[in-house]
Amino acid sequence: MEASNTLTSRVPRGRMLHRFANPGRFLRLAARVQPFLTWPALVLTAAGIFGGLFLSPPDYQQGDAVRIMYVHVPAAWLASSGYAALAAASFVSIVWRHPLADLAAVEIGPVGAAVTALCLITGSLWGKPMWGAWWVWDARLTSVLVLFFLYVGHIMLVRAFDDPERGYRAGAILALIGVVDLPIIKYSVDWWNTLHQPASITLTGAPTISGSLLWPLALTALGLTLGFWAVVTGRLRAAVMERRTRALLGAQAEAA
Amino acid sequence: MTHLPYILGSYAAFAVIALWLALSASFRLRHARRRLNAVDPRAGQRQT
Repeated sequence: MEASNTLTSRVPRGRMLHRFANPGRFLRLAARVQPFLTWPALVLTAAGIFGGLFLSPPDYQQGDAVRIMYVHVPAAWLASSGYAALAAASFVSIVWRHPLADLAAVEIGPVGAAVTALCLITGSLWGKPMWGAWWVWDARLTSVLVLFFLYVGHIMLVRAFDDPERGYRAGAILALIGVVDLPIIKYSVDWWNTLHQPASITLTGAPTISGSLLWPLALTALGLTLGFWAVVTGRLRAAVMERRTRALLGAQAEAA
Repeated sequence: MTHLPYILGSYAAFAVIALWLALSASFRLRHARRRLNAVDPRAGQRQT
């Protein structure tokens, strides 16, 4: 343990990161990790949805509409945490010029946009029966809509240049600027008087919802998080293979 | 069950988005692996 710590401390962080820039090494590792993400994701999500739809009781105020929360809340968490991952990949890309970080940012974008869209759709479907409106320009809803536009902007920007490297740089800058939206989303319900309710589950305090409603939410949240990363890993593996194929075809064309 | 259309709509949106993400990633990965194997079978086998 001590020896490995000493070894790790001697290797500069940038070099440690570049160890995983080798496409072959990444593909072998990702192929091994993929089943451990995919199968638990399927099982946990199915169990959480079954529990949420059929086993958990209706809420005393919301009735059965509370069942929408088992999809909406994990989608909202993933929308924010996915963007944090996109920004982290962008940071690594800008600081260390890590080729896999560029590809990771490109592949996280569409998945993050899809879960943010799911969060907005399910929130709207919950808002109509509970608030009497599909949409209100509330601070929480508006900041999540801005997050969706940030994802879409990133997707479009990284593909807008003939030179992919310029697209990656521009996308990374946008992703890092957009991080400012994450604390706004998180604290919007505290900073402003919003129609959206404050957080029921926090990292520091005990949850304010009943255990009978909490366990399906925990299962779907864990399942969808693993599913999110299973999809991103699959897309990233495909992107690395596509890049490798393009490089090989380019080399063959030059040799001919 | 109260609010059934809204609940069904939410879970249908979830199913459509989840299936689209999973299937598109799966098909893209399969296609990329096939192309890499066609260009360089040794590289394809080593890396997958």
